[in-house]
Amino acid sequence: MANNALVFISITIVLTLVSFALDRQKTILGLRKGLKMFQNIALPFLNILILVSLTLYLVPPSLIVKYLGVESGYWGLAIAALVGSVTLIPAFISYPIAAVLIKQGASYTTVATFMTTLMMVGIVTFPLEAKYLGKKVAAMRNILNFITAIIIGLVVGAFL
Amino acid sequence: MKEILAKQRRYVWLAVYLIVTIASFAVGFNPGKEVFGNFTKFFIEMISFIPVLFVIVGLFDVWFPKEKVERHIGQDSGIKGIFLVILLAMLQAGPLYGAFPVAYILYKKGASSKNIFIYLGAFSSLKIPMLGFEIGYLGVKFTLARTLVSLPLFIAVGYLMEQYLKGKDFKVNQI
Repeated sequence: MANNALVFISITIVLTLVSFALDRQKTILGLRKGLKMFQNIALPFLNILILVSLTLYLVPPSLIVKYLGVESGYWGLAIAALVGSVTLIPAFISYPIAAVLIKQGASYTTVATFMTTLMMVGIVTFPLEAKYLGKKVAAMRNILNFITAIIIGLVVGAFL
Repeated sequence: MKEILAKQRRYVWLAVYLIVTIASFAVGFNPGKEVFGNFTKFFIEMISFIPVLFVIVGLFDVWFPKEKVERHIGQDSGIKGIFLVILLAMLQAGPLYGAFPVAYILYKKGASSKNIFIYLGAFSSLKIPMLGFEIGYLGVKFTLARTLVSLPLFIAVGYLMEQYLKGKDFKVNQI
């Protein structure tokens, strides 16, 4: 984590300097935009940190390992895929959750599957999607992406 | 007055949490202390890279405006078309349901069904701001593995959807 942050900060400083050298005004505009976006998410983000901290205290790691760990097998995969499909969690909130799950012993396969179905399969948003694409097409897209998410989880898990 | 109250309501969770935490420390309520320990860890993690991330997102936004890419997307359904829709998707932000209006625009501009579904796939999981979060929380290795495995599969879904829609009257509706 600390290393990631350091790499991030260094890259950002370099990019900002390059950008500043190329175009001062654009850079200032960009920084303002970034600050505004940060302000918008800061509060929901703090709230989610509270929720995650609380959940982490209430749900013991042994439970996470049992249901989502390496040994959980097909059941873990199925739970991750279904929960990801049904819930509607903003992506930026899903990352801290995923990081905690991994730290507590969930496998990369289940976490990658969970995140992918979360992002690509939307049961709650299906009615909305069907309005744009038509029911059949929307259903087909969700089914294909559901299968894809499981493949992604399995392959990512095999790599890491 | 009502407006002020509505604005303040956003802080309710934070306020309740702070009060409970202070009370926990005052009376020595251990669960409260432990939850606060977790919270502090997450908070330090967040504050160490999220502001930085938004600097990148902001700079990205001014240097690569998505409107510019949108203009170049049309009937081209070769490799270049695929590349452009993926690039367009990567420049955006927001949840998947925010992508459908853009899918409509792509459809109006004559993009192939294949490219529309590749766009939706890339939108859902290759957005640059989100990749930043992912790297920060789950590491470069995980992000890279997930991205590289996902990409060919999205493109495959695009081709499969095109096959499925062959001979059908596919259209994206505006709502």
